[in-house]
Parts: sequence; C-alpha cells; structure tokens
Amino acid sequence: MAKRSSAILLPVVAILFGFALGALVLVATGKGPLAMFQAMLQSVTGINSEAGSFNPRYIGEFIVQAMPIMLTGLSVGFAFRTGLFNIGAEGQLMAGSIAATAVALWVKAPPGAHVVLVLLAAMAAGGLWGAVPGYLKARFNVHEVVVTIMMNYIALFLNNWAVVALFKSEDRIKTAAFPASAMLKSTALSAMTHGSRLNWGFVPVLVSLVAYWFIIEKTAFGYSLRAVGFNKDGAQYAGMKVNRNIVWSMIIAGAFAGLAGAVITVGTFSFGRALPAAEGYGFDGIAVALVGANAAIGVFLSGLLFGMLKAAQTLMQSQGIPKEIASIIQASIVLFIAMKYGISHVLQKLGPPKPGETDR
Amino acid sequence: MSVAFVIEMLDIVKVFPGIRANDGVTLQVEQGSIHALLGENGAGKSTLMSMLFGLYQPDGGTIKVRGSAVRIGNPNVANQLGIGMVHQHFKLVHNFTVTENIILGLEPRSGLVIDLKGAARRVRELSDRYGLLVDPEARIEDISVGMQQRVEILKMLYRNAEILIFDEPTAVLTPQEIRELMGIMHRLVQEGKTILLITHKLKEIKEVARTCTVLRRGRLIGTVAVAETTEARMAEMMVGREVSFHVEKAPGRPGDVVLRIERIQVRNAKGLLGVKDLSLEVRAGEILGICGIDGNGQTELIRAVTGLSDLESGRILFKGLDLSNHSVKQRTDAGVGHIPEDRHKHGLILDFRLDENFVVHSYGEPPFSRAGILDFRAIRVNAERLIQEFDVRCGQGPASPTRAMSGGNQQKAIVAREIDRSPALLIVAQPTRGLDVGAIEYIHRRIIAERDKGKAILLVSLELDEVLDLSDRIAVLCGGEIVGVVDAQATNENELGLMMAGSARKVS
Repeated sequence: MAKRSSAILLPVVAILFGFALGALVLVATGKGPLAMFQAMLQSVTGINSEAGSFNPRYIGEFIVQAMPIMLTGLSVGFAFRTGLFNIGAEGQLMAGSIAATAVALWVKAPPGAHVVLVLLAAMAAGGLWGAVPGYLKARFNVHEVVVTIMMNYIALFLNNWAVVALFKSEDRIKTAAFPASAMLKSTALSAMTHGSRLNWGFVPVLVSLVAYWFIIEKTAFGYSLRAVGFNKDGAQYAGMKVNRNIVWSMIIAGAFAGLAGAVITVGTFSFGRALPAAEGYGFDGIAVALVGANAAIGVFLSGLLFGMLKAAQTLMQSQGIPKEIASIIQASIVLFIAMKYGISHVLQKLGPPKPGETDR
Repeated sequence: MSVAFVIEMLDIVKVFPGIRANDGVTLQVEQGSIHALLGENGAGKSTLMSMLFGLYQPDGGTIKVRGSAVRIGNPNVANQLGIGMVHQHFKLVHNFTVTENIILGLEPRSGLVIDLKGAARRVRELSDRYGLLVDPEARIEDISVGMQQRVEILKMLYRNAEILIFDEPTAVLTPQEIRELMGIMHRLVQEGKTILLITHKLKEIKEVARTCTVLRRGRLIGTVAVAETTEARMAEMMVGREVSFHVEKAPGRPGDVVLRIERIQVRNAKGLLGVKDLSLEVRAGEILGICGIDGNGQTELIRAVTGLSDLESGRILFKGLDLSNHSVKQRTDAGVGHIPEDRHKHGLILDFRLDENFVVHSYGEPPFSRAGILDFRAIRVNAERLIQEFDVRCGQGPASPTRAMSGGNQQKAIVAREIDRSPALLIVAQPTRGLDVGAIEYIHRRIIAERDKGKAILLVSLELDEVLDLSDRIAVLCGGEIVGVVDAQATNENELGLMMAGSARKVS
C-alpha cells in the first residue's frame, strides 16, 4: 500500500512545486501570482472571481485543449508500458490528420458512418506510422527514439505536401471545408458552452481511456505487454513473443495518437491545415504520460491539468501575465516528476519511515 | 579477559517499521582474527554490518573501535577508522583499469595531472605483499570475477583499511577461486588485518574462521570458537532446528531416454562457438548433473535446449520429437520446464505481483484467461494453492510484490511454478545460488521428488557439492565439450576437478 500512496503523493507534490516555482518566477517579474491563479480557475470553471461573472465558453475551450493531449498521453504511455519510448506521437498524430482529411474530403458516406470512418482511418494511419519504428526495433534493433523523431519530420512535410498537392488547397494553408457528415462538430455542445469549439471529440477520448485501461490491466495481451516492459529477458524466457509485442505496442500507441489527429482536424477545426512546425502535442503527451504514471486514470487527470495550463494561457495574457509562465509551470512539473527519487527521499525524511528496507 | 577486541558492537538495536532487524546483538571481534557472521537471509547480518560501515545508525547500543566508543555517521567515518567493506556486488567502473578504479576518489596528483604511475606502483606493491597477483594495468572488463573481487580488496588495502568486511564473498566465485580467496584471507590476517566474514556457507567458516557469531531473526544466538564446534551444530544454531546436509535419496531408476542431444553446436553472445559438437542423453527418473568451470558452455547448452538460442548444427530430440526448430513456448507446452540460473533477470518479472509471476507460461490459457480476458480470481486461487503447497513465504500472499520477497522465497516461487506444470524434462540451473541452508534443503528435496516421479532432470551447477549430492550421473563440460560422463557414486571431487580443468578425459 505504501507504493500506491506514494504513486499519488509524488505527482501531487511535483505539481505543487511546479506551481510554486511558476508563482516565484511571476513575483520575480514584478507581478502578483493571484491573477495567474484566478486565470487558471476561470479557465476550468468559467467563473471570473474578480468580476463575479460566469462564462461557460472557457470550460468548453479547456476541454478542447485537454482532449488531444490525453490521447497523445495514452500513446506515449502505452508504448512505455512495453518499455518503448515513443517520441513519435506527434508524427503519428499528423499521419492521423492526413488520413482524416482524406476520408473527410474524398469519401461519401451517410452522417454518422462518415465520421466513424474518419476516426478509423486516422487510427489506422497513426498505427501504420507507429508500426515502422516498432518493426525496425523488433527486426533490426534500431532505437525507436531515433526512428520516431525522424518519422515526425517526415509526417510534418508529408502533411504540408498533401494539403497542397493532394487536397488542392487554394491558399496553400488550409483545405476546403469538410462536409458536416465527416465532423465531430456539435452546434448543441457549442451553444451550451457559449460558442466554444467543444465537440463530440470527448466521446472517442473517453472510449480510448477505457480501452487503454482494459487492454493493459485486464487482457492476456496487456499482461504480456507489461511483462515485456518490465523485463524483456524474463518475458523471453517465459516464452512470450517479445518482438511481436513490440510491434503491436507501437501500432496501438500510434493508433491513439492518430485518433488525436482526427479529433483536432474534424473536431477543433473543420479543414486540413498546412503547419509551419510541429504543434507540440507529442511532447505534451510525454509530459501527460509521465505525470500520469502511464495509467489510464493518471493520464486522464494529468491531461486535465495540462489542458488547463494550455487553456489558461490566453486568459493570463489578457491580464498582462506572460503566457510563457504556464509553459514554465508545465516544464517544472515534468522536471519535478523526473526528480521523483529526490522528492521521495525528502518525503521519507519528513514522514514516518517506510518499511521494507530491511536486511537482504 | 586480556584479549584485545578491535571491534565491539554492544547490545545493538535497530528497528525498521514492523521488524526488529537487530535486537540486542553483541559482536566482539579479536584483533587479527577471521570472525564469521552467520545467519540465514533476513537474520540481520547485513543490517549489523551496515551500521558498522556507517550506512545506518543504531537505535540502541554502543559501537567501540579499538576500545573507544565511536559514532559512525557515514562510510567516510568508517574509512577513517580503518574499516573497509568488500561488497557482494562489486562497485567497479568496467572500462577503467585496475589502478584507475582503486584510486577513484583519492587520486594522487603530481602537479595538475593524476600520478597514475606512482599509483600503479603502489597497487603492485600491495598486490605482491598479499599475494593477490593483480595486474594494475588490466581493464576491469577483461579480468575474471575472481580478479575483480581482488581489486575490491586492493581498494580497501589502498585506503589503509585494517578491518575488512567481506559480504558473501564466495557467492560469485568458482570452486578454485574460492580456495584462492581463502588463501588470501589467511595471508591478510597474517599481515595483521582483521576480517569480518558475512556468510551462510558453513564449510567456508570451518575452513577459515576462528570465531563465529550466529544470528537468527535479528537476535544473537551465540558466539562459538569454530575449532570446537561442528558444521551441524552451527547449522542448527542458524536455522533453529536440526538440518540434514546429506541429501537423502534412493538409487535412481532410469527409464526411457527423454532428452537426446545430438552433436549440437551453439554460438555464444559474442558469436563464437560456445558449445562444440556436444551429445548427451537424459533418461526419465534420473538426474544428470553438468559440472564445469563457469563459462565453459553451460549457458549456451541451456539456451539451446530451452529454445532461447538457435542451433548451428545438430539436433535436439525430446521423447523422440525433434525440437530443434521449436520456439520457447512450443517446448514449454511440449513438457520442458526450466528453472533459470538468474532468477531476477530471467526467472521472474520482479515488478509483477507474485500471483502474476505464477502464470507467465499459462496466462493465455483457461482457466487464467478466456477469450483473451484475464481471470484474476483464478490467478489468485492458483497462487494461494502454490504458496501453500511450496511454503512460499511472502508478506501479502498472492498480491505480494515479487521484488520485495527474499531470494529463497523467490526461488521457491519459480520452483513451484515449474514443478507444478509437471514437465517431463526439467532443466535446473544453479538452483540454490545465494540461498540459505533451509531453502537449499527444501529445493533439493523437491528436485529429487520430481526424479522419483519419473521426470528427467538436467542439473547445471557451479557448486560441485550440489552436483555430487543430487546427480545420478555427472557430465563434465570443458571448453564447450563434454570431457567426461561418470557415475555420481563412483567419482569424487578430485576426478571431476581434473576433468573440469581439461587435464583428464573419461567418456564411458
């Protein structure tokens, strides 16, 4: 039980430290931290505590920010449970967006079915993008970090090429608008949240969270993935197909990220976009997975946290607080998580000593 | 009482939450002697020594060094008091030379550069003086485990340690290296050093130690003069009951050939032939022991039979079925069991719960999973049964974290898992390495029981005694070849030793 309680306590302490550091930086620049916390509160609840007003649009935008990074968090987390470091969620996400754009523009299908096809195509494309580093790792022992980083660049430029060459963008920046049948947009949800970009994207996100938990914790396949992640040699001695698991793990990780691409493309936006640079969803996913300890519930909670930090940036800026503070907080939380051994050491000194470190 | 005690630990108490690791332990070590500290895993030996070395602080009692009470706050204080520790797991930088490793932390300078030459000279002097035969210029990765241990010893001597603590020093050594280490210890004592030897190997205590202090469950059981006691008496003090050393077994009744290895060649991790043209047969109802010096093809042989390595040539027949191209899983399912040499790396998934570790082969089959969904109830029930049947002691039953279990119980868990599947062929590698007497006795009994049930057992061990005690027939490996197959009843340590060294051959 000691292990479980520290699994919760550690991220919480890291998060508090992160906020404290952000506040300190703010004070150093001559601003009071109160306004920052008010902005964060407002971005989550929609309540402006100073003016006493309530605007649900903020809640909607907050959820829109959290959705894709939960999915990239699942992507990174899934690979990590098999002992793989998936830096390529960004590229898998873009592969997903390209596929989503293609199916949205080119395929004719009835409403309902069309959007499902879009999502499935995005997952397939993301999975394919993940399969490449997975196969290279399993077959030739090429390190997945190197391959996935390179695959990110390939995906970015493939996307920009596709927007112009395949989807015939007229302004070379965005494609034609998608038909309504292909999109996750909902006028009702948007109206409920005072015109925010909130859309049905949260449904595939929640399904993914449950699927992640189910696959990892409940299935025989998840058991063998965890075994490989914990101890590759031990898994091999037990007769598990280590290489096959590595490929499948990367495919599924890629599918989560590909889905994130679809949620952004046909949910947040309504057209395919050419991008000047990667948007950082993949790296956010690493942070989300790290803080969420690669567990479904953890990814959900840390996805909300980082979604809040992203959503609060515009509000902070409107109050004269540099929006970079939010990024500083995000980075320092990750840093403190990475320093978990140091933190647990401090906690151990403060709290009652833990059992278990006995004579061996 | 005019004896000078160089170290006195009086009435030491150390409490960890839930456990009194040391409960009023007193240890008095005479100057210039080898003093053994004996106890099972978890008896509190390491805790006591950690306090002497400054890693822990005692909650009660006094520590005196050379007659004066001291507070050893950290290992640096211990070093200043002339106390050095040779750890069980060496702490060496592999791509550094011997000298570089030894001076690490107190590099002698001449001007701005490290005076490596001077240091090497001093290392050589020390090595010669104590008969260690260490080459100061050799790289750690190029020298044997036994040599690496001597480097650790030199590290202490270089720091002018007068009192040397050896933590289970023979666990990683071959029989020859053990003998050499014993010689080195005698030499050290002759030169005026004092040695504290942590161990659970009675034979070694009998051989080198003058005095032996026995701990059990954190308590002091007694201190005895080794010359005036017997191994059996010390074992009894350690375990708390009588222990039989002699493995009781009826003569084997070999049946049909279960495993037939035909002229196999196997490459090792470096891509060289680790096993050359090796043929063997193991019959039902017999234990075939393989002995040999570490690194003479044991690992490659096991990997080939279990399917972890491909055969270069030759074939492996199991009950007449050619297994040569079968996967690990197919062999496991066909009835090959394997208790691997390295239980942490290969035998267990340490981060799994105990119940999860019991199903590493069978998680994909009913009753443990149906349609790919795990049945945790069935997995737990299975674990409860095996824990009961094999007397696996673990804090939280099936949900115990495997990593937190003691080595003996981890090994019992592996033995339970493999034997429970009732494989026709059981490959057992180093089944008792690092275990205490009680666990060794238990595991030996289970292996013999399997033989008596008519299973074929291939035993690979570096402990010659173990091979001699358990086997019906013994095959000797040297340089990747079988240099002799003998009847266990009709051979002895000498004959085997000669064959292991490659200076005799006997293929019957």
